[in-house]
Amino acid sequence: MNSPAYNGPVLDPRDRGGPHQPLLIARDLRKHFPVKGSGGRSVKAVDGVSFSVRKGETLGVVGESGCGKSTLARLLLHLVVPDAGELVFDGDRVDTPELPIRALRRQVQIVFQDSYSSLNPRMPVRDSVAFGPFVQGKKRQRARDIACEMLGKVGLDPDLFGPRYPHELSGGQKQRVNIARALATEPRMVILDEPVSALDKSVEAQVLNLLRALKRQFNLTYLFISHDLNVVRYLSDRILVMYLGRAVEIGAIDAVFERPLHPYTRALLASQPSMDPARRIEEAPISGDPPNPIDPPPGCRFHTRCRFAEAPCQRTDPALGVWEGPQSHVAACHMHDTASGHTLAHG
Amino acid sequence: MTDFFVIPAKAGIESSKPPTAALDPRFLGCGDVSEQQTEPGFEDQALPATRVRGYWQSVFYRLRHDPVTLVFAAMVLLIVLAAVFAPLLAPFDPYKESIVGRLKPFGWRAHPLGTDELGRDMLSRLLFGGRVSLLMGVVPVLIASLIGGMLGVLAGFVGGRTNTAVMRAMDVFYAFPSVLLAVAIAGAMGGGMANGMLALTLVFIPPMCRVAETATTQVRALDFIEAARASGAKTMTIIRYHVLGNVLGPVFIYASSLVSVSILLASGLSFLGLGVRPPLPDWGLMLSTLRQSIYVVPLVCALPGLAIFITSICCNLVSDGLRAAMDVRM
Repeated sequence: MNSPAYNGPVLDPRDRGGPHQPLLIARDLRKHFPVKGSGGRSVKAVDGVSFSVRKGETLGVVGESGCGKSTLARLLLHLVVPDAGELVFDGDRVDTPELPIRALRRQVQIVFQDSYSSLNPRMPVRDSVAFGPFVQGKKRQRARDIACEMLGKVGLDPDLFGPRYPHELSGGQKQRVNIARALATEPRMVILDEPVSALDKSVEAQVLNLLRALKRQFNLTYLFISHDLNVVRYLSDRILVMYLGRAVEIGAIDAVFERPLHPYTRALLASQPSMDPARRIEEAPISGDPPNPIDPPPGCRFHTRCRFAEAPCQRTDPALGVWEGPQSHVAACHMHDTASGHTLAHG
Repeated sequence: MTDFFVIPAKAGIESSKPPTAALDPRFLGCGDVSEQQTEPGFEDQALPATRVRGYWQSVFYRLRHDPVTLVFAAMVLLIVLAAVFAPLLAPFDPYKESIVGRLKPFGWRAHPLGTDELGRDMLSRLLFGGRVSLLMGVVPVLIASLIGGMLGVLAGFVGGRTNTAVMRAMDVFYAFPSVLLAVAIAGAMGGGMANGMLALTLVFIPPMCRVAETATTQVRALDFIEAARASGAKTMTIIRYHVLGNVLGPVFIYASSLVSVSILLASGLSFLGLGVRPPLPDWGLMLSTLRQSIYVVPLVCALPGLAIFITSICCNLVSDGLRAAMDVRM
């Protein structure tokens, strides 16, 4: 709580694994939602996603609507129970005696996109913020003091805003309250599920700056989910690109933005509106909707929309490549696997 | 961005520093103050310090400005007070019979509302009858709100098979018309006031349960429940702090509308001889025993019916007013 400035990975007193142990490792996470009346078919919302989040970094997660970003966020907190896969938090396996879910939830918090429905309409916002510390064993008055302090940290005067109800606050103010609520339990990691998508641009910038400042102040690790690439680039150190329940590319933010490996990432980057009229996009870099996640295409999931799709893409599912340390930049594409049989394949 | 939640002066502004048009930039037409701020974190500090009203405060504020509801609420209060203080108000003993003074009209020998078929004072019996009728109106609704509300919150929050099991069981009761169900239950258990109340309670549990279940299901889907779970709260804690507050409003509104139904049904049961037993005074029972004398003293015989009618219509209108005051999307 009392780190004045962020200089490299400052270790939390609760740290267990040391500076090189990733804070969160997800291995082959899977969640299929059964579809009622479809004869046992299911939506493959998250279908084998693996990644790790290092201490003190911000991992951005991007992808189209429906690619499983929000499900992933909820899986990481066990708000949605994964069908398969493993979560390791600071070296401890989650949902085992090493780290029960309640203990995980003391260290990881979440901020949702919809700032309105994330606050109890019948509760003054101060009490909403105080609820976390309260259920984690603080006395009522102490929890309320923490809440007031946190409201101050997110730039809301606790005397003025604390007793207010959510409907009396603007979207930006409500999202600040949500951030205060997430931070009130002193988490080490915060999952930000599109926290600024519902805000208008000027407020968005303020909230992003606030998130940056809080990260330094509290030595936090962020998992930042967004569909806005500019926002992700502004905040993230590394980026994970998702497509149809899969991770298709992961790497350092500048590497991915300057040299995207996966055709989907390239299309995603190219689809950003340019500020420069000379570089206006004439043709859509990617067209059509993603395939139905109930019935994902065989082989590479992107081959139905990929310009470079060839026979091997329809047959075999490309692997995400091998993790080679924190700076590695890998993509799940046959073009980056010389053994795949793709004519454009290179190492 | 900035909310102006300024309450009219009548409601009282407890502002230490009322915003003055000359000094406050918001009144100079330069738009939102926050847009000039680039500093992160302090976009919305320029709010006027108005009094903050809680939910119940705003409900009372709206009720105070609804004269119709106020008038009928006052009438309900009068009826309740009359029933409570019946021993003090009643001019005669409600059980004192008189062979010669049977079925006398209004004003006969100091009996302002006449006498019934056994010569008992009508006013005294109406006052005492109000106690029984109001009790039969309120108690079953209260118990049913508790039981039905708990079942509904449970079914709504747990969801899945529990929800299906509870709600389908309720639907079985729902399939019967409420009057028929009440008569059947009271008939099966025998008459008497306690059995009548029990029958009414059973009749009201399914609709109460459904109201609570609907409200809970709506709340459960919202993110703040997920956020509460993410902060490590147990299910019971979440229900206590986050669900009940949101379910209480609809349940209360519905319960208040059931009071009049309950009074009517209780009177109906007594009328059929399945509720209160004579000589205990009850409006429904009085209506039933006096109906043979309708051609002798029509006005006196209509009195218990009138009492039922007035009470239930007052309760209904108060309930409508409450609904209007509480049913505000925040």
